[in-house]
Amino acid sequence: MRAAAADRAQAASTVYLICAAAWLLPGAGHLWLGRRQKGLVFLVALTLMFGFGLWLEGRLFPFEVTQPLIVLAAIADLGMGAPYLAAKAFGAGAGRVVAITYEYGNTFIIVAGLLNMLVVLDVFDIAKGRK
Amino acid sequence: MTSHLGLMVIFAAFVSVVFAVLSRDEPRDQMVLGARMFGGFVFAGVLIGWLLYPLPF
Repeated sequence: MRAAAADRAQAASTVYLICAAAWLLPGAGHLWLGRRQKGLVFLVALTLMFGFGLWLEGRLFPFEVTQPLIVLAAIADLGMGAPYLAAKAFGAGAGRVVAITYEYGNTFIIVAGLLNMLVVLDVFDIAKGRK
Repeated sequence: MTSHLGLMVIFAAFVSVVFAVLSRDEPRDQMVLGARMFGGFVFAGVLIGWLLYPLPF
Protein backbone atom coordinates (compact mmCIF):
# COMPACT_ATOMS: atom_id res chain seq x y z
CA MET A 1 0.00 0.00 0.00
CA ARG A 2 2.75 2.42 0.86
CA ALA A 3 4.61 3.47 -2.23
CA ALA A 4 8.38 3.55 -2.11
CA ALA A 5 8.35 7.28 -2.78
CA ALA A 6 6.34 7.89 0.35
CA ASP A 7 8.64 5.84 2.56
CA ARG A 8 11.64 8.09 2.26
CA ALA A 9 11.81 11.64 3.53
CA GLN A 10 11.31 14.34 0.93
CA ALA A 11 13.48 17.42 0.42
CA ALA A 12 12.37 20.39 2.53
CA SER A 13 11.07 22.44 -0.40
CA THR A 14 9.18 19.44 -1.75
CA VAL A 15 7.57 18.84 1.65
CA TYR A 16 6.04 22.33 1.65
CA LEU A 17 4.97 21.95 -1.98
CA ILE A 18 3.23 18.67 -1.12
CA CYS A 19 1.55 20.32 1.90
CA ALA A 20 0.37 23.20 -0.30
CA ALA A 21 -1.10 20.70 -2.77
CA ALA A 22 -2.74 18.81 0.12
CA TRP A 23 -4.34 22.04 1.33
CA LEU A 24 -5.42 23.15 -2.14
CA LEU A 25 -7.06 19.86 -3.07
CA PRO A 26 -8.11 17.54 -0.20
CA GLY A 27 -6.30 14.22 -0.56
CA ALA A 28 -3.82 15.49 -3.18
CA GLY A 29 -0.88 15.21 -0.77
CA HIS A 30 -1.57 11.53 -0.05
CA LEU A 31 -2.06 10.85 -3.77
CA TRP A 32 1.29 12.58 -4.48
CA LEU A 33 3.01 10.39 -1.88
CA GLY A 34 1.55 7.23 -3.38
CA ARG A 35 -1.14 6.58 -0.75
CA ARG A 36 -3.94 6.32 -3.24
CA GLN A 37 -6.63 4.82 -1.05
CA LYS A 38 -6.26 7.47 1.64
CA GLY A 39 -6.06 10.27 -0.90
CA LEU A 40 -9.22 9.21 -2.69
CA VAL A 41 -11.15 8.81 0.57
CA PHE A 42 -10.13 12.29 1.72
CA LEU A 43 -10.93 13.80 -1.66
CA VAL A 44 -14.41 12.31 -1.75
CA ALA A 45 -15.33 12.60 1.96
CA LEU A 46 -14.10 16.15 2.58
CA THR A 47 -15.41 17.57 -0.69
CA LEU A 48 -18.79 15.94 -0.07
CA MET A 49 -18.88 17.23 3.50
CA PHE A 50 -18.09 20.77 2.33
CA GLY A 51 -20.68 20.55 -0.46
CA PHE A 52 -23.22 19.21 2.00
CA GLY A 53 -22.61 22.24 4.22
CA LEU A 54 -23.24 24.58 1.29
CA TRP A 55 -26.38 22.64 0.38
CA LEU A 56 -27.61 23.11 3.94
CA GLU A 57 -27.31 26.87 3.36
CA GLY A 58 -24.28 27.33 5.57
CA ARG A 59 -22.14 30.43 5.25
CA LEU A 60 -18.55 30.98 4.15
CA PHE A 61 -17.50 33.44 6.83
CA PRO A 62 -15.68 36.65 5.85
CA PHE A 63 -12.46 37.88 7.47
CA GLU A 64 -14.00 40.57 9.69
CA VAL A 65 -11.21 41.60 12.04
CA THR A 66 -13.64 43.36 14.36
CA GLN A 67 -15.26 39.99 15.15
CA PRO A 68 -12.61 37.49 16.32
CA LEU A 69 -14.95 34.47 16.36
CA ILE A 70 -15.99 35.16 12.77
CA VAL A 71 -12.31 35.31 11.81
CA LEU A 72 -11.70 31.92 13.44
CA ALA A 73 -14.60 30.44 11.48
CA ALA A 74 -13.23 32.04 8.30
CA ILE A 75 -9.80 30.48 8.92
CA ALA A 76 -11.45 27.08 9.43
CA ASP A 77 -13.43 27.53 6.19
CA LEU A 78 -10.26 28.46 4.33
CA GLY A 79 -8.78 25.11 5.34
CA MET A 80 -10.74 23.50 2.51
CA GLY A 81 -8.53 25.05 -0.18
CA ALA A 82 -9.78 24.97 -3.78
CA PRO A 83 -13.40 24.00 -3.03
CA TYR A 84 -13.59 27.03 -0.71
CA LEU A 85 -12.04 29.33 -3.33
CA ALA A 86 -14.33 27.94 -6.04
CA ALA A 87 -17.42 28.37 -3.87
CA LYS A 88 -16.40 31.97 -3.13
CA ALA A 89 -15.75 32.64 -6.83
CA PHE A 90 -19.15 31.30 -7.83
CA GLY A 91 -20.94 33.24 -5.09
CA ALA A 92 -21.96 30.15 -3.12
CA GLY A 93 -21.94 30.09 0.67
CA ALA A 94 -23.82 33.33 1.24
CA GLY A 95 -25.70 31.55 4.03
CA ARG A 96 -29.35 32.10 4.88
CA VAL A 97 -29.63 32.82 8.59
CA VAL A 98 -33.35 32.06 8.72
CA ALA A 99 -32.89 28.62 7.13
CA ILE A 100 -33.55 25.85 9.64
CA THR A 101 -30.35 24.10 8.53
CA TYR A 102 -28.11 27.22 8.66
CA GLU A 103 -26.15 26.24 11.78
CA TYR A 104 -25.85 22.63 10.62
CA GLY A 105 -24.44 23.87 7.32
CA ASN A 106 -21.90 26.06 9.11
CA THR A 107 -20.83 23.08 11.21
CA PHE A 108 -20.30 20.87 8.16
CA ILE A 109 -18.28 23.57 6.34
CA ILE A 110 -16.12 24.51 9.34
CA VAL A 111 -15.39 20.91 10.33
CA ALA A 112 -14.55 19.95 6.73
CA GLY A 113 -11.95 22.75 6.69
CA LEU A 114 -10.51 21.71 10.05
CA LEU A 115 -10.33 18.05 9.01
CA ASN A 116 -8.45 19.05 5.86
CA MET A 117 -5.94 20.88 8.07
CA LEU A 118 -5.43 17.61 9.97
CA VAL A 119 -4.95 15.83 6.65
CA VAL A 120 -2.28 18.40 5.70
CA LEU A 121 -0.47 17.74 9.01
CA ASP A 122 -0.60 13.99 8.27
CA VAL A 123 0.88 14.64 4.83
CA PHE A 124 3.65 16.70 6.46
CA ASP A 125 4.56 13.81 8.79
CA ILE A 126 4.55 11.29 5.94
CA ALA A 127 6.65 13.53 3.70
CA LYS A 128 9.15 14.04 6.54
CA GLY A 129 9.43 10.26 6.90
CA ARG A 130 7.89 10.14 10.38
CA LYS A 131 5.02 7.84 9.40
CA MET B 1 -32.87 13.96 5.84
CA THR B 2 -32.64 17.38 7.45
CA SER B 3 -33.81 16.24 10.88
CA HIS B 4 -31.41 16.80 13.75
CA LEU B 5 -30.83 13.05 14.14
CA GLY B 6 -30.35 12.49 10.40
CA LEU B 7 -27.81 15.29 10.09
CA MET B 8 -25.99 14.10 13.20
CA VAL B 9 -25.69 10.60 11.71
CA ILE B 10 -24.35 12.00 8.41
CA PHE B 11 -21.91 14.26 10.26
CA ALA B 12 -20.74 11.33 12.42
CA ALA B 13 -20.23 9.23 9.28
CA PHE B 14 -18.04 11.86 7.59
CA VAL B 15 -15.92 12.51 10.68
CA SER B 16 -15.53 8.78 11.45
CA VAL B 17 -14.38 8.01 7.91
CA VAL B 18 -11.76 10.77 7.91
CA PHE B 19 -10.45 9.98 11.42
CA ALA B 20 -10.31 6.24 10.74
CA VAL B 21 -8.44 6.65 7.45
CA LEU B 22 -6.06 9.15 9.08
CA SER B 23 -5.34 6.87 12.04
CA ARG B 24 -4.95 3.45 10.40
CA ASP B 25 -3.12 2.22 7.32
CA GLU B 26 -4.85 -1.08 6.59
CA PRO B 27 -8.37 -0.98 5.11
CA ARG B 28 -9.66 -3.59 7.57
CA ASP B 29 -8.34 -1.64 10.57
CA GLN B 30 -9.85 1.52 9.11
CA MET B 31 -13.26 -0.14 8.79
CA VAL B 32 -13.18 -1.45 12.36
CA LEU B 33 -12.07 1.86 13.87
CA GLY B 34 -14.48 3.85 11.68
CA ALA B 35 -17.44 1.66 12.69
CA ARG B 36 -16.51 1.96 16.37
CA MET B 37 -16.15 5.72 16.17
CA PHE B 38 -19.39 6.10 14.22
CA GLY B 39 -21.27 4.03 16.80
CA GLY B 40 -19.66 5.98 19.62
CA PHE B 41 -20.53 9.36 18.12
CA VAL B 42 -24.16 8.44 17.47
CA PHE B 43 -24.57 6.77 20.87
CA ALA B 44 -23.00 9.74 22.68
CA GLY B 45 -25.17 12.17 20.72
CA VAL B 46 -28.38 10.34 21.60
CA LEU B 47 -27.30 9.88 25.24
CA ILE B 48 -26.38 13.54 25.70
CA GLY B 49 -29.64 14.52 24.00
CA TRP B 50 -31.64 12.51 26.54
CA LEU B 51 -29.56 13.85 29.45
CA LEU B 52 -30.32 17.41 28.31
CA TYR B 53 -34.03 16.64 27.78
CA PRO B 54 -35.20 17.47 31.37
CA LEU B 55 -33.45 20.86 31.35
CA PRO B 56 -35.98 23.70 31.16
CA PHE B 57 -33.93 25.87 28.75
